[in-house]
Amino acid sequence: MGWGMAEQSNAGGPASSNEGLFRRLLRAAEIDTRMLGMLAALLLIWVGFDVMSAILRPGGGGLFGGSFLTSRNLWILLVQTSVIAVMTTGMVLVIVLRQIDLSVGSMLSVVAVATGVLQVFELGPTLGVGHPAIWIIAVIFAIALGAAIGMFNGVLIAYGQIPSFIVTLGGLIAFSGAAFLIASGVTVAPMDKTFKLIGGNGPLASIGPMWSWVLAAVACVGIGIATLSGRRRRLKFSFAPKPVWADVLTVVVGCAAVLGTTAVVNSYLWPARVAERFAVENNIPIPAGVENRAGLAICTAGDKVVTCLDGLSFQTGYPIPVLIMLAVGLVMTFVARRTRFGRYIFATGGNPEAAELAGVNTKRLTVMVFTLMGALVGISAIIASARLDAATTALGTLNELYVIAAAVIGGTSLAGGIGTIYGAIVGALLMQSLQSGMALLNVDSAYTNIVVGIVLVLAVFVDQAYRRRVK
Amino acid sequence: MTIDSIQTGGARGVPLVELQDVSIAFGGIRAVDHASVDLYAGEVVGLLGHNGAGKSTLIKVLSGAYKRDSGNIRIDGKEADISNPRDAKAYGIETIYQTLALADNVDAAANLYLGRELRTRWGTLDDIAMEAECRRVMGRLNPNFRRFKEPVKSLSGGQRQSVAIARAIHFNARILIMDEPTAALGPQETAQVGELIMQLKAQGIGIFLISHDIHDVFDLADRLAVMKNGRVVGTAHVKDVTKDEVLGMIILGKCPPGAIPGPGAIKEA
Repeated sequence: MGWGMAEQSNAGGPASSNEGLFRRLLRAAEIDTRMLGMLAALLLIWVGFDVMSAILRPGGGGLFGGSFLTSRNLWILLVQTSVIAVMTTGMVLVIVLRQIDLSVGSMLSVVAVATGVLQVFELGPTLGVGHPAIWIIAVIFAIALGAAIGMFNGVLIAYGQIPSFIVTLGGLIAFSGAAFLIASGVTVAPMDKTFKLIGGNGPLASIGPMWSWVLAAVACVGIGIATLSGRRRRLKFSFAPKPVWADVLTVVVGCAAVLGTTAVVNSYLWPARVAERFAVENNIPIPAGVENRAGLAICTAGDKVVTCLDGLSFQTGYPIPVLIMLAVGLVMTFVARRTRFGRYIFATGGNPEAAELAGVNTKRLTVMVFTLMGALVGISAIIASARLDAATTALGTLNELYVIAAAVIGGTSLAGGIGTIYGAIVGALLMQSLQSGMALLNVDSAYTNIVVGIVLVLAVFVDQAYRRRVK
Repeated sequence: MTIDSIQTGGARGVPLVELQDVSIAFGGIRAVDHASVDLYAGEVVGLLGHNGAGKSTLIKVLSGAYKRDSGNIRIDGKEADISNPRDAKAYGIETIYQTLALADNVDAAANLYLGRELRTRWGTLDDIAMEAECRRVMGRLNPNFRRFKEPVKSLSGGQRQSVAIARAIHFNARILIMDEPTAALGPQETAQVGELIMQLKAQGIGIFLISHDIHDVFDLADRLAVMKNGRVVGTAHVKDVTKDEVLGMIILGKCPPGAIPGPGAIKEA
């Protein structure tokens, strides 16, 4: 009787009855199962590294006794991811449009160097070193320069009808030469002290525990409101909303992720020396205590400042580059999903001729996408040079490959038309996790490159196998 | 006697569309060579010819997909400036292409509104309103259609066709171009398209129907125009010619007495 029943219910709806309960639940909740798989892979990598580092060097203080799943490492991991992740959000749109941008690494170098020269050799002497306008001018300049270079690429591709692979390959070579010329071959340093904060350097480059919690609360409320309004709109046009449990689950899981991340970044304390210097400079009294080498707080023991369990400590909270990454991710998701511009990018990527016939100005669209890509490279250039506190011609070397790899690992199809912003950010995080995890295990960087390369190919292989099964 | 006054089939006055002396060449090949065709409101004109005869190219000039090298397009007797698909849509010209021209990776609603998206008062895409409207339109056109959430790539040929048709008729088209609308359809769906054409005609829409199938054209069209090697062999009212004569036009370029010869007609020896 089983099969007969199954066939009857098959005819009733699109969901086939022989798929498992779990799969049906996911479908009802409209959850991206591919994303779920990626998150599982990420979690596996994290746990794996923590366990391995625990075996190699016990006592790291991580979740499994290693040194990977510590608040310090995760905090640094997020900061390290931000440069690539910001560019990856743009690369997703470029690839969805069936184009490619190989020049982002060199573009990052040239923008960083030009911005460095501007603040060190021009604005510094003119306005006075440390002038509060310097960082603002530098930021605007970097984004505008990036956008201008991107637009130049876009115009050559759209109106010059030169394949984007060639235009940006030329850019990859030419821009790195330009960066060398602008810097006259030297490292441009140091950056403006406010500018430097954008890279996440120093205690003031994070927003602290209080604002981090405020932000988390706002994000939670935001998730709630978005879910609720989606529900209300569906009801208004009288088609079935998602099941209530699915909406509740979305809010609960989303909120838990936000709060969990916030708890992690908040539990990363300032290093003892930094905290001590800050306390002395700001006349904050350091309590007396007993020295403890595993402690993270600071105390006075006699006339010395030592580390101890209970004493003075400062929580970092979200660092500025991570906030920038999150903001860019949100804005780009909005652009991709909720605007006409985003819709045109996906439609054009799916069928360029159809989009053109439907009245989409695909040439202008191409220029706009490359301009946006350039502006995002500008933002990444700011973060990268601020973090290094210097601009060098090698700053963006190989970044184009990491950015493209992150987008592809994140589920962007090189055939065009398919890709998500959040997927790409997770892709960037996954790649950075591999790199810093292996650095933590003291793996030679040559081996690291081999592993990252293999993971890239494997990710695409698994992805295609998955898509074939879903079809 | 002018050509206009011989036009029959309820068509009178100023034509809705006049294509006059239109030429377009690709490389050295004259795909369309001084072709002239016209269309009245509430009329179906069938365009016939072999593969490569230039019929698709000619109507792509009208729909803005190709830019003509020479010749004029007049809408309601007034010179029309059509150099891209957006211009054509502004004149109320909608096209159902042979390839359907759907963006395969997005859903039916996104295709229906591609280029004309509904937006909320904040300027963002109003996907829910678009889906609701899409459900309404598709409910009329193809009541069995259920797969609103899936990319059109995963739909059947008939379902894809109905999305393309919905897109063409949803925005108050005055001039409809149908390029082989039944090529991918089964008999039942073909009959549905035929009914639809009659409905649209009754609403006063002018339709260019491009077809390989001479029977389709005889069933649905008021007039027909035959092209060969980029040139118009002749135009005729369907009542004034036989299917065999039309076959002669298509194959040999021979214009029968019931038709008005064009520049592509062979001269009788």
